[in-house]
Amino acid sequence: MGWLPEPVERLLDVALVGELTVIGRNGRPVTHPLIPLYDGDRIYLHSSTLFSRKLEHIKRDPRVSLALTDPIAMKGNPDRATIQGTARVIEDDPHADWERLILDLWRRKEPAIDEFLKVRVALPLFFERSVIEITPERSLYWQDGRTDRPPIETRRPGAEAA
Amino acid sequence: MTADVRTPVRSGSVPAHEPTREDLERLAGYPHVVVSWIDDAGYPTSVATGFEVDAEARTVTIAATAEPIPTDREINVLGSHIRPQPGVGYDQRRYLQLWGRLRDGRVLRPTRAWGWDENEVPFFEYSERSVPQSRKYLAQLSEEKGRPIRPRLSPFWLALRTTRLPFLSATAVPVLLGIAVAAHHGFFTWWTALLTLIGGSLAHLAINVTNDIFDTLSGADEANTTPTQFSGGSRVAIYDLVTIRGLAKLAIGLFGAAAVIGLALVAITGSTLLLWIGVAGIVVGVAYTAPPLKLVYRGLGEFAVALGFGPIMLLGAYVVQTGRLAWEPFVVSLVPGILIALILYVNEIPDRRSDAVAGKRTLPVRFSPEVVRTGYLAGAIAAFAIIVLGVAIGLLPWPTLIALAAVPLALRVHQGLKVHYDSPYTLMAVMGTNVNLNLVVGGLLLVAYVATIVTGLLLT
Repeated sequence: MGWLPEPVERLLDVALVGELTVIGRNGRPVTHPLIPLYDGDRIYLHSSTLFSRKLEHIKRDPRVSLALTDPIAMKGNPDRATIQGTARVIEDDPHADWERLILDLWRRKEPAIDEFLKVRVALPLFFERSVIEITPERSLYWQDGRTDRPPIETRRPGAEAA
Repeated sequence: MTADVRTPVRSGSVPAHEPTREDLERLAGYPHVVVSWIDDAGYPTSVATGFEVDAEARTVTIAATAEPIPTDREINVLGSHIRPQPGVGYDQRRYLQLWGRLRDGRVLRPTRAWGWDENEVPFFEYSERSVPQSRKYLAQLSEEKGRPIRPRLSPFWLALRTTRLPFLSATAVPVLLGIAVAAHHGFFTWWTALLTLIGGSLAHLAINVTNDIFDTLSGADEANTTPTQFSGGSRVAIYDLVTIRGLAKLAIGLFGAAAVIGLALVAITGSTLLLWIGVAGIVVGVAYTAPPLKLVYRGLGEFAVALGFGPIMLLGAYVVQTGRLAWEPFVVSLVPGILIALILYVNEIPDRRSDAVAGKRTLPVRFSPEVVRTGYLAGAIAAFAIIVLGVAIGLLPWPTLIALAAVPLALRVHQGLKVHYDSPYTLMAVMGTNVNLNLVVGGLLLVAYVATIVTGLLLT
């Protein structure tokens, strides 16, 4: 299973929003607040084709980072983390793949999604979605969110130091 | 009097722009920022920290972090907010991000900004603005995969959305009323009545699809970024759920089926009058958006709808049963004619900006909100006054006065227009009440006619 430190996994389990940063067209960082999902090994994010620029960026350069920073969005947990990793866009069938892959994880954090799904006819393009699967490579963890102190750095076993 | 249609229609997602003082003031409202950059290994990395904003100087001073933030490359500074809703998810989404390079170690003078606040641009509008991006992305994906990848809906929901099936109540009310008035006059054949209802419904659906084709081709629907369940068209072609060719085939099929039923009824009744009424209905329905007449572009849209869903539908149903015209069904037909035109009229309010861009001259495009609201009240009063006058001159049976019980619904719509005129999404409840007004008035008139017929039968 996963190698991420337990406090970072705790953040992933509760976070309603994380900040995904991708490498934009001109090499500049572009950040997207998204709901992060975690299955104990990989991190999953997802995006409607309506808001698919981030997917274009990831396909061009799969290196990404996910920051977990907002205590309000993490049930009051003040800790913070940044996870760097390699992303893969899963979209063989944007109509159905995501339901099979991440709907269970999604509804655990956002139960209202089932109500939206019942009226899929009203939002057809919103439910054409791609899944972003992130394989974590490195994590930085700041206890109590104190980023003025050096983070605890952990790397995927076997990964080379940058 | 002119309408408030000057606000330009924006399409696509919220565009990036040069940071303004307002952007900086907004950023100051966030409790912390996330600073991101591309590290020496080529990965994005981020660190959350405190910050101070000098909106006047358009600068952001980043608080010190243990992780050194580079000064030799562009960084991204993001403020983000949600409000958790336990058991539901979250709401109050907003974010703002700025780009630039740090000067003097920790001071950012941003050169680019981009963000979204769902209080200002509701999620549905934001989604509509992003439809071109979805189309572009799916086209690219189709190329990557070497097979067409298009959005889908289940056949049931696609049929419902494409034909705008729920709007069939607009046909059911006048057709059933025409049949009821004919029965009141001693003429009723159940199977021709059923054929009339089916034929009228098919013609209505065909006209819906045809209007969608022309509204898509003219760009009127695409320019509309605030569609609702009552307005803005089916959007199935814009969303690429159905091609224009597919819509055209569907319209031809529906028109064909309606024509077969219509001609069968003409043959059964032997009424050439019915033939002309049917032809008039199709012409008015198609000419609503189709060239060369394009009635809605000439300021005649509401009149065309009142004519089509009032006298044409109701008299057509009456003629099928009786083979002749009469004053009573004509007077009754004015009521659903006006009320269904009022449905269109209110539904045109959220569309007025995109309609103006497309060159449509609907009443909400041409007149101020105050005039439009007064116009609604006048229309509703006229519909009820026709019933009262019809009874007063002995043309309508007195039980039809029961339809006046729906007056509070009309008043609720009028009041709702005062409060929600500029908010397409909160106006939806008002539009729903307005649809119900036609159903309730139509239903009560039907009840009145059935009661009159039953009473007459019992007395004889």
